[in-house]
Amino acid sequence: MEEIYSGLLRALELIASGDPQVVEITFRSLFISLSSAFLAGIICIPLGGIIEFRQFRGKRALINLIQTLYSLPTVTVGLLVFLLISRSGPLGGLNLLFSPVGMIFGQAILVSPIMVGLTVTALAGVSPQIRDTARSLGATEMQIIVTVIKEARVAVIAAVLLGFGRALSEVGVAMMIGGNIRGYTRVLTTAIALETSMGNIELSMALGIILISISLAINILLNRFQGR
Amino acid sequence: MPLLEIRSLSKSIGPAEILRDINLSVERGEILGLIGPTGSGKTTLLRLVNLLDESSSGSILFDGSLISGRPEREKLAVRRKMAMVFQKPVMFKARVEENVSFGLKMRGRDDAEEMRGRVKEALAAVGLSGYESRDANTLSGGETQRIALARAIILQPELLLLDEPTANLDPRSAASIDSLLQSLAGGSTAVILATHNMQQCRKLADRVAVLQAGRLTAQGKSEEIFGPEEKSKVSGPHACGITLPW
Repeated sequence: MEEIYSGLLRALELIASGDPQVVEITFRSLFISLSSAFLAGIICIPLGGIIEFRQFRGKRALINLIQTLYSLPTVTVGLLVFLLISRSGPLGGLNLLFSPVGMIFGQAILVSPIMVGLTVTALAGVSPQIRDTARSLGATEMQIIVTVIKEARVAVIAAVLLGFGRALSEVGVAMMIGGNIRGYTRVLTTAIALETSMGNIELSMALGIILISISLAINILLNRFQGR
Repeated sequence: MPLLEIRSLSKSIGPAEILRDINLSVERGEILGLIGPTGSGKTTLLRLVNLLDESSSGSILFDGSLISGRPEREKLAVRRKMAMVFQKPVMFKARVEENVSFGLKMRGRDDAEEMRGRVKEALAAVGLSGYESRDANTLSGGETQRIALARAIILQPELLLLDEPTANLDPRSAASIDSLLQSLAGGSTAVILATHNMQQCRKLADRVAVLQAGRLTAQGKSEEIFGPEEKSKVSGPHACGITLPW
């Protein structure tokens, strides 16, 4: 208990003093996860719109599949992306393996099912009368889609924030695609895993506190958007 | 040539026949009262005219041109000459000003100054001046109904479709909306007023069509349906031999 207490104090000292290693890892983590959430968002929100607004065979089965993929193991995505971007893979020529760009790509794939699924749910929650009202007031199909997305904006933003939270806290893709290279691809989660195994408990705890604080901030933001 | 002509229009959903063999026309500048009990098909008919739904058979002509069963691009062009106020209108999550100017924006109008002026006029017409900045989702039922009407009349439609427009209003507000509709119809706007309020229908409508169980059972001038001697009374119509069941 004594060890945990002193470790916690030392961790808080590291944060308060702005330890360069802690700051660098935190900002890299935020950059990579925000980028992956942004990339996934610009693809998944329109994709969710297409799935919700179009009628096609197997729509229900597709939504069920997407929802099943919410809990996709991060190491499975890591393996898939590894196979895609390794030297012998179809995207091997892009040299994305063990790079931040590769991590962004991998995390974007990881969070896509959550973003698409929650966008579909958010749009389906908008009253059909909104579509009728927009149509009767002379909106084109595209204007109707934009109107419905605007009506569901709070839930759509929540979907993006949840995706960001999952990207920030995952370790499988970051480790397998990034390789945990110091000063280049080391992020909060991979650093915690490494420093703990090396016995640097204070640094691990400092990084852990930051990770939890960011998750808390996301949660507060989510609740604020949802008007709670 | 009538502004709107409906020929042998029918609508079925599964085995249920909602409308059957409707023949009806509306002239420019007139108010057509569409009366009938709940479930008689009034809303369905208005939705078909507004091209929100497809009919099962029959045709709709607007200004002499066939508009039913046409591609969406052509429907949109005609729909933009109409406006509809639903029985239970919904507001977009925005201020009243954005709600009222919605249709203008959809038509590509982006002159902010002109837009503000027209919103102001439309709000004044429905007795809600100064409501521009209010959150549209915090309004009462009556206010929502009137904002929905403002959202429609700002478009200066050739055909205004109203589904029980004063159902949520107190008598005073309803009377002011009635006056507004009378002044509208004096111009180039034709109105189809679906209601089960016979007093309102008798007061406003130039012609009346009676819808019962999806069939048009009578239509004619207001006096023919209600009888001239009953014009100031509230009691039921004496209607060319028809008996209304409500």
